[in-house]
Amino acid sequence: MIPEIGHFALVLSFAVSICLATFPLYGYFTRQQGFLATAQPLTLLQGFTLAVSFGVLIYGFLTHDFTIKYVADNSNLDLPWYFRMSAVWGAHEGSLLLWVLILSLWGVAVALFSRGIPVHMSALVLAVMGIIGAGFLAFMLFTSNPFVRILPFAPPNGADLNPLLQDPGLIFHPPMLYMGYVGLSVAFAFAMASLISGELNSMWARWSRPWTTVAWAFLTLGIALGSWWAYYELGWGGWWFWDPVENASLIPWLVATALMHSLAVTEKRGLFRSWTLLLAIAAFSLSLLGTFLVRSGVLTSVHAFANDPERGVFILGFLVAVIGGSLTLYAVRASKVSESGEFGWISRESFLLFNNLILTVMAVSVLLGTLYPLLVDAMGGGKVSVGAPFFNAVFVPLTAILVSGMAFGPLSKWRQADDPRLYRPLIVTMIVSVVVGLVWPTTLGGEYSIATAFGVTIALWLAIATAVDFVNKARSFGGIRRTFARVERGMIGMWFAHLGVAIVIFGVVMVENHTEHRDLRMGVGDRQQLGSYEVRMTDLSVLRGPNYVADQATFEIYRGDRLYKTVSPQKRRYNASGMVMTEASIDSGFTRDLYIAMGEPLDGGDWAVRLSVKPFVDWIWAGAFLMGLGGFISVTDKRYRQRAVEKQPESCVEGAKA
Amino acid sequence: MSRWAVWAPLAIFSILVGFFFKGLTLDPGAQPSALIGKPVPPFQLTDLHTGKVLTRQTLPARPFLLNVWASWCITCQVEHPYLTELSDRLPIVGLNYKDSETAAKNWLAKLGDPYATQIFDPSGRLGLDLGVAGAPETFLVDSSGVIQLRIQGEVNDRVYQRQIRPLLETLK
Repeated sequence: MIPEIGHFALVLSFAVSICLATFPLYGYFTRQQGFLATAQPLTLLQGFTLAVSFGVLIYGFLTHDFTIKYVADNSNLDLPWYFRMSAVWGAHEGSLLLWVLILSLWGVAVALFSRGIPVHMSALVLAVMGIIGAGFLAFMLFTSNPFVRILPFAPPNGADLNPLLQDPGLIFHPPMLYMGYVGLSVAFAFAMASLISGELNSMWARWSRPWTTVAWAFLTLGIALGSWWAYYELGWGGWWFWDPVENASLIPWLVATALMHSLAVTEKRGLFRSWTLLLAIAAFSLSLLGTFLVRSGVLTSVHAFANDPERGVFILGFLVAVIGGSLTLYAVRASKVSESGEFGWISRESFLLFNNLILTVMAVSVLLGTLYPLLVDAMGGGKVSVGAPFFNAVFVPLTAILVSGMAFGPLSKWRQADDPRLYRPLIVTMIVSVVVGLVWPTTLGGEYSIATAFGVTIALWLAIATAVDFVNKARSFGGIRRTFARVERGMIGMWFAHLGVAIVIFGVVMVENHTEHRDLRMGVGDRQQLGSYEVRMTDLSVLRGPNYVADQATFEIYRGDRLYKTVSPQKRRYNASGMVMTEASIDSGFTRDLYIAMGEPLDGGDWAVRLSVKPFVDWIWAGAFLMGLGGFISVTDKRYRQRAVEKQPESCVEGAKA
Repeated sequence: MSRWAVWAPLAIFSILVGFFFKGLTLDPGAQPSALIGKPVPPFQLTDLHTGKVLTRQTLPARPFLLNVWASWCITCQVEHPYLTELSDRLPIVGLNYKDSETAAKNWLAKLGDPYATQIFDPSGRLGLDLGVAGAPETFLVDSSGVIQLRIQGEVNDRVYQRQIRPLLETLK
């Protein structure tokens, strides 16, 4: 009975989303306020029905309701409760439900926080989001319903969740990533609303900026979590694989990053208007494309848990409707956008243009690299794969160029050609970073690495340039505390984010060039030297987990004569699926991770063991976290809060204090 | 922006859609393999049943299927009846992958043994050389020991009719 409530709520929300997709538009074109006004309540209703539906699915997992096929396929009596929760989005149907739920929650947020926006505008925005929601709900109801039942013969036990996904990382990674993916729909909807209404001024940029930044921050954190998860769970010890599905999240991220910067120009200076519109469309379209690539099985990858060509055709049709429709509308309207205003050839505008150019080139090359195998295959060239060498060859130099722009950008001024003296501090920082960068590899021992010298130089240059900008501001505001209190939050956010980029680059350079890595044969009693550590295998045992059996090796790590730590990596075989998983043991540290994983059992009771020392690898995720944090900080800016306050006179006093 | 440039994004997207549509009709299961067109990598392993040493030279001198399986693999059980059926038509060499001897023998005793020979590869060394991602995987090898096709996942009638048989006919 309960699952039917969930199913019914889902059908209801589909009906609601169809109303939401049509009523406000009808109201807009026939100028009927009554229809326009339905947008907000319909959005809230859609959010509510989807929350009910989602809640029912969670309930089904928690109570082991194996009459629901989705639960039977992805859960098991032995599965701990927290993995039963995350199993809700562990496979295709449930992750779609999460996708739509998040979409509707973004809609609810827009409905509640858009008081400063003209009614017809917010109604159009919600309607566009309703169209997207309707499409996804139709997809779910017709091809991927999570509430399909197995009756009357329900299995006594479930097939279990994919062991790869039985990990705390999965609890947070998909929701974060989806918050980002789907959050880009808000900027898209604002762009569409302004194209529909023909009000192509820069107001839409002001309205959609905070939404875009939040979505970007979530996307950043989601990608970082995914990379961290792959690092410790996939058992390979890598942090990025240029896997099609990873690329599918990186491409919208790159475009969203460009969009964030170009929105600033459009808002402040009214320039790049049609370009910004196109980026807003592209960022969300590429998120949809990512969904298509993952869900249709067009590209195979390590993430291809669920693929099915029929679903692919449906998503493709939906993509054509949404992206094709929006690009057509863009083509019809954008030619009427008049661009006015000039800027000097070295000014903030030109640096941001440069930023957009590089980020777009990066996004297009990753897209091409990802799709190339598909393009060749479609033209009859057979299956090929484009690997890391291509992506690295393109990405590394472009990042270096981008970063040099990031050092200059924040110091520049809007509009006029800058006084070259503005950049004088950068010459000093450049010299400092080159010197430190050149010396750094000699401190590491081993062969001198030019790549490291170069990488550390640019990371350091960016970090110092960001600091210089901060110091300049602090000087003019008179003190660090006053700077943080007075300066625009967007500025603080930018410092955090740019510093984060520098930290990521440093981590990547170190881990890629200086990882010490050994694959060895080890038995109980064997010792191996690993960097400044000695690793001894002291025990091998068999362990029974809730839903798996594990071979566990115990290692003692010595530093000199002192026992530093005891770790026990495992090789697990999951009972229900028979899948074998590697649980690496990782000792994380500020300057390095010690990574020990069990490979294969060898004859004579020994094991193949993988030992690595990964210098500064955690800096990659720490940097990404700073970037995300920067995004969240920048939307706390006064001007975003003030607009809500204007409409609420009773909270005037509080507003004045803030 | 100029009147024509604004249509460019739509045009690019349309071209992509064409490719995507084509892509959907292609079989993603057919994995690219660096080994296609190359001989089976050299190995020196034992026969599961007799304990005799098997090498590349002991492989059948006619086209055969090399089937990577393990007793812990559920899909292997699923494809097993079909492989049994196929074994009348062409020889199937088993590669028992990362398995224990007793488990493998019990499995074959219970479900039947369609294999002409059974290479016992408990450490997964040959599997590694073959680039096996997981079990089951099946390779079609020609009479001179050159790999012609790689199939990841279950072998069933559809796979046989669409992928294996057309190639097999050209080999005979």
